[in-house]
Amino acid sequence: MQRAAILTGVAARTNFKQDHEGCLPTMQVTPLILVLLFLSVIAYYFGKRRSLQIAESHGGVKNLHSLPSYYGAWVAFWAVVPVLLMLLAWKTFEPRALNAMLINELPAEMREQAPDRVGLSVNDIKNLASGNITSGDVTPEIQAAANRFNELRRSSTVSMTVLAFALLGIGGVWTYRRIHPNVRARNNVERYVRITLIVCSSIAILTTLGIVLSVLFESIRFFQRVPWTEFLFGTQWSPQTAIRADQVGSSGAFGAVPLFTGTMLIALIAMVVAAPIGLMSAIYLVEYANRRVRAVAKPLLEILAGIPTVVYGFFAALTVAPMVRGIGTSLGLDVASESALAAGLVMGIMIIPFVSSLSDDVINAVPQAMRDGAYALGATRSETVRQVVIPAALPGIVGGLLLAVSRAIGETMIVVMAAGLAANLTANPLSAVTTVTVQIVTLLTGDQEFDSAKTLAAFALGLVLFVLTLGLNVLALYVVRKYREQYE
Amino acid sequence: MSEATTLTDPIISAHSRVPEMSIADVELPKETVGDITADHPTMTTRNVDVFYADKHAIIDVSLDIGRNEVVAMIGPSGCGKSTFLRCLNRMNDTIDICRVTGDIKLEGDDIYSKDMDVVLLRARVGMVFQKPNPFPKSIFENVAYGPRIHGLARDKTELEEIVHQSLERAGLLNEVKDRLDQPGTGLSGGQQQRLCIARTIAVNPDVILMDEPCSALDPIATARIEDLIDELKQNYSIAIVTHSMQQAARVSQRTAYFHLGHLVEVGATDQIFTNPRTKLTEDYITGRFG
Amino acid sequence: MSNSEKVTAAAGRPAIADKVRESLGKRYRAEQRFQLYGIIAITMAILFLGFLFASIISRGISAFQATYVNLEINFDESVIDPDGGRDPEVLHKASYRGVLRQSLQDLFPEASGRSERRALLALISNGAEFQLRDLVVENPELIGTRQNVWLLAAAEVDSVVKGQVDLDLDESQRRMSDQQVGWINQLQNDDRVERRFNTTLFTNGDSRDPEQAGLRVALLGSFYTLLVTLALSFPIGVAAAVYLEEFAPKNKWTDLIEVNINNLAAVPSIVFGLLGLAVFINLFGMPRSAPLVGGLVLTLMTLPTIIIASRAALKSVPPSIREAALGVGASQTQTVTHHVLPLAMPGMLTGTIIGMAQALGETAPLLMIGMIAFIVDPPSGVTDPATVLPVQIYLWADSPERGFVAKTSAAIMVLLGFLILMNAIAVLLRKRFERRW
Repeated sequence: MQRAAILTGVAARTNFKQDHEGCLPTMQVTPLILVLLFLSVIAYYFGKRRSLQIAESHGGVKNLHSLPSYYGAWVAFWAVVPVLLMLLAWKTFEPRALNAMLINELPAEMREQAPDRVGLSVNDIKNLASGNITSGDVTPEIQAAANRFNELRRSSTVSMTVLAFALLGIGGVWTYRRIHPNVRARNNVERYVRITLIVCSSIAILTTLGIVLSVLFESIRFFQRVPWTEFLFGTQWSPQTAIRADQVGSSGAFGAVPLFTGTMLIALIAMVVAAPIGLMSAIYLVEYANRRVRAVAKPLLEILAGIPTVVYGFFAALTVAPMVRGIGTSLGLDVASESALAAGLVMGIMIIPFVSSLSDDVINAVPQAMRDGAYALGATRSETVRQVVIPAALPGIVGGLLLAVSRAIGETMIVVMAAGLAANLTANPLSAVTTVTVQIVTLLTGDQEFDSAKTLAAFALGLVLFVLTLGLNVLALYVVRKYREQYE
Repeated sequence: MSEATTLTDPIISAHSRVPEMSIADVELPKETVGDITADHPTMTTRNVDVFYADKHAIIDVSLDIGRNEVVAMIGPSGCGKSTFLRCLNRMNDTIDICRVTGDIKLEGDDIYSKDMDVVLLRARVGMVFQKPNPFPKSIFENVAYGPRIHGLARDKTELEEIVHQSLERAGLLNEVKDRLDQPGTGLSGGQQQRLCIARTIAVNPDVILMDEPCSALDPIATARIEDLIDELKQNYSIAIVTHSMQQAARVSQRTAYFHLGHLVEVGATDQIFTNPRTKLTEDYITGRFG
Repeated sequence: MSNSEKVTAAAGRPAIADKVRESLGKRYRAEQRFQLYGIIAITMAILFLGFLFASIISRGISAFQATYVNLEINFDESVIDPDGGRDPEVLHKASYRGVLRQSLQDLFPEASGRSERRALLALISNGAEFQLRDLVVENPELIGTRQNVWLLAAAEVDSVVKGQVDLDLDESQRRMSDQQVGWINQLQNDDRVERRFNTTLFTNGDSRDPEQAGLRVALLGSFYTLLVTLALSFPIGVAAAVYLEEFAPKNKWTDLIEVNINNLAAVPSIVFGLLGLAVFINLFGMPRSAPLVGGLVLTLMTLPTIIIASRAALKSVPPSIREAALGVGASQTQTVTHHVLPLAMPGMLTGTIIGMAQALGETAPLLMIGMIAFIVDPPSGVTDPATVLPVQIYLWADSPERGFVAKTSAAIMVLLGFLILMNAIAVLLRKRFERRW
C-alpha cells in the first residue's frame, strides 16, 4: 500500500503504514544484543558456579586466586566480547559489501552505465526492496534485482547470527574449561577493563585523525580539479559544475577570498560587540558586585550561552535584520536585507558569555595579595583593576578573546539564517556577505552527487576552517602559557 | 609552637621544658596592664572592637602608636594582631563581614569619619604584607606606582628622584640600580620584600604597618630587614606584628601583648621581656603556650 | 631625635597630603565612570537576553492555540458508501472533500461560481478531509447522519481570527479576500469559530500547511538521537576520564590524548558534520538522516565535554580515600570502581546532562548528515529517517507563510523548555549530591 503521506504532504494519522523492512537491521540487531546480554549473564553465572565447585574440592574459596565472581566475569567476557566485536565489524562493512554484490549481479547493461545512473538504479532497487517509492517505473530487471537484494540481506543476517552464537559458544566453553584455582581471573578481568579504558580514551585521537584524514582526503581530490592557488587567492566564488557533462554553464569559479573576508567581517563585528561587554561584565562581577548581584547576573549570562544557535539565527533573521534595515533606511543608508551587521550583532550577543566567563576565571585567579598591595598604597578600586589586576590577567584575557574569535569563525546557524549567499568582496557591514560555514552548508545540502567539484569544495573549505580554528586555539594556549606570571 | 622550644636568648629566662598549657586555660585581666599611651602619638586608638559576622575578634583595645618609634604586637596566633593592624589603615573595609567600632585617630583626625577619605588615609598609613606581593611590573614601575596615582611627582625627573630615594632608603638601590626595568617578581624573597617597603615609603606615609614582614624570609634577609626597620623609625612611625619574640625584642621600643582579641599588657620592650607584670604575659614569653 | 627635629621631619607630610587631596576628585570621578561602564555592560547583556525571549514568546504564544470551525456535515451515504457495504477500503477512498464542500455551500449558499466556491473551501484546512475520513472509518454508524463537527481552519483564517492580519489593507495585498473575511465574520457571529489548545503541534509531523505542521517527528527524532548519544558518550566518556585520571602514566601518549581532547572541544560543530558525512555515511554506508548517525556524530562532539567534567569530578575526590582503599589491600581497579567512581558520580552525571542539553540544540552537523529532509512519518527506530527539533525549527524558519513564523517561535519555546528542564535537573543534582570535602 502506498504511503500517501509524502505525495500529499499531509500529516498521515493513518495506521496503514507499510511494514518497515527498512528497519529490518534494527529489529535484528537490537534483540540480538539483548539476547547476548542475557547470555552473558548466564555465562557469568555458570563461570562463578564452576569456580565455587572447584573451590570446594580444593579446600575452600580462599584457595582460589580470585573471588568466584571474577571467574564468572572472565567467562562472560570471553563469551560475549568477541561476538560484539564481530557484530560491530559485520554491521559496519555489510552495507558496502551488499552494494558491491548487488552491482555485481546486475545485468551487464545496467552495470555499465555512467556511475551516477548506476547509483540511481541501486537506490531504486533498495527502495523497492524495502517497500518505498521508486523514482521511475519498475522494470522486471529492477524487480528481480530487488528480490535478490532482499535475499542477500536475509542470508547476511542469518550467517551473522549463526556466527555470533558460534563465537559465543566457543569462547564461553573454552574459558569455562580453563577455570582453575591458579588462574588469576581477577588480574585478567582487570587487564581487560584497563584495555577497554585505554580504547575509550583513544577515541579522542581517533576522532581527530578521522577529521583530519577525511577532510584532507576529500580536499586533495578537490585540489586535483581546482588548483589551490585559485582556491586560496581567487576572488570569484560561483561554484557551478555541470551535473551532466553536456550541460551548459559548467564553468565554475572557486576563489574563496570573498568567503574569507565575509567570515572576518562578521567575526569582527561580533567581537566589537562581545569583547567590551563581556570583559566589563566580568570585571564588574568579580571586583564590584556583591554576592546577590553575582548570584543573579552570572546565571543570566550563562543562559545566553545555553541558547541554541538556531534560535539566535531565527532571532537575527526575523527581528534584528529588519530592525537594522529599518534604522538604516531611515538614516538614508542602503542596507541589505541580510546585512553582515545584523548577523554580526547577534553573533556578538552569543559570544558575550564566552568572553565573560573566561575573563571571569582569569581575573579571579589574580591573587588577592596583589590587590591588597595596591589598596594599601591608596589606589582606588578602578585604578587597582586597570593598572594591576588587568595587566596581571592579560595573557588569560587575550587567550580568551582568541578562543572567542575562533568560535565566531566556526559558527554556522546564525550566518546560515541571517547572512546571505552572495559572495561579496566588501568591507561594508551594511551589505550582504557570505561566510565559509554558509557555503559548506549550501554546497552539501543540495542535490549533488558526492564526487563533483562542488561538494568536494565544501571539504576544502572545511579544511581551511579546521586549520584556522586549530591555529587560533593553539595560539591562545601559547599566549596563556608564555606570559602567565607564576603566582606563588 | 616552635618558638617555645627555641628559647635560648638571655633576655627571655631560660624556662625551657615548662609544662604546656592550653590557651583557653588562662584568665584574662579586666583591663590592659601598663601604659597604653605614648608621647605625641601619630595614631591613637580607643575602645576598638572588631566583629567578623558574629565572632568578636578584637575586644575593647586601646593603644597609641608612638611617633618615630617601633611598637611590636606579639601574641599567640589567631589572637587578632593582624586584624587590629588592618583597622589602622581600614584594610578591613575590603572584607564584607567585618565590622569595626571605636575611635581611631591619625594625627587627631578620626579615620572612620565620613570626612576622611580612605584613599588619602592609605597614602598616609602604608602597609607591608607577610608575603611579598610586588606588582607584575618592572622594579621602577612598582615603586613609581604610588606616587603616580597620587600625582606626587610633577614630571618624570621628579618621579625618578622619588623612586631612587625610596629604593635607597629601603636598602635596595645598589642591588638593582642597573636593572630597574626588570620585572619585580624576578627578585629574591628578601629583595622583593624590600621592594615592597620601598614602594610603601615612596608615598611618604606617616605610619608604616608591617604584618609579619619577615615570616616568609630566610634569616639573612630577615636580619637585613630588621636593620632597615631600625633606620626607618627615624622618619616614620612603625607598628609591626610579629610571631618572633626575639624579633620584637631586637626591633621595637614598645611591645603590646595580645591574647584572644584582648590587649593584655603594654609597655617598654625591655620591661615586658624581663619583668612582665601579668602572669599571662609571663607565661607566653616563657613559652608555656605558643 | 630631639622634639624639634621630630616636628620638622613631619612638616613635609602635610604638603604631600595636600597633593594627594588635589588629585582625589578626578580619581573618584574616574572610579564612578568605570563602575558605570560595568553596570552598563551587564545591563546590556541582560537586556539582549530579555529582548530575545520577549521577541520569541510574543510571536510563538499564538501558535499554541488553533482555530477550529464548526460545520454541519452531511455524511451522505450516496457519496461515502454508495453500495452500503461498509467496506473499509471504500470508506477510505471516498471523496470527503466533496462532503465538506457540500456543507460549506449549505452554509453559504450565496457562493456561486468555481472561484468563489474554491475560496470558500480554502477557509478550511486541507487536512480536514482526512479528519472526516478517520471519523467515518472509526465510526461507520455516522454514515447517513448529520453531525456538527469541529474542523481545523486554514492557516490564513487562523491569522485573521487571531488579529494578525491588517484588515485595513487593500484586498489585493492580503491572502484573504474581503468576501472571505466576510464569511469568517459570519461564522464568528454564529459562534461557529473556536480557539483551542493546539494539539496538532505535538501530534502531527511536518506539513506544507502551517496549520497542520507539528513537531511529532522532530521530537521523536531528537529523542532517538539523544538516546544514541547518551548510550555511547556516557560510558565512553566516563571510561576515558577514569583512565586519564586514575591509571594513565605521565608519558607522551597521555599528553597527546589530553591535547586532543582539549582541541576537539574547540573544533567547530560543522567540521564534525563533515566527518560524519565522509566517514559514517560514505565510508560505512550508514543510512542518511538516521538518528543512529546523528547520535554518533553528536557523541563525538559531546565526548570532550563529558570527559572534562568527569575528570573534574574525579579530581575532587580526595586522595585520602584512595589511599585508605589501597591500604586495605584493594587493587587499583577495585579502588576506582568501588570507592572513587560512586563518589564522583553526581559530578559526572551533571556534566553528562549538560552535554546532552548542548547536543539537543545542535543543528549544523545534523544538516550535513542529511537530517534536513522533509520527513512526515515519525521514526520507529534509530535507523529510520528522522529530523531533530532544531533542524525542524530551521526548516520552518525558511518557509515564507505567516503561519510558520508563529509555529517556529512555538517550536523554539518547546526547545528552550526542554533545555531549561535539563539544566534545572543538572543544577538540582549538583546541589543535592555534590559534597564539599
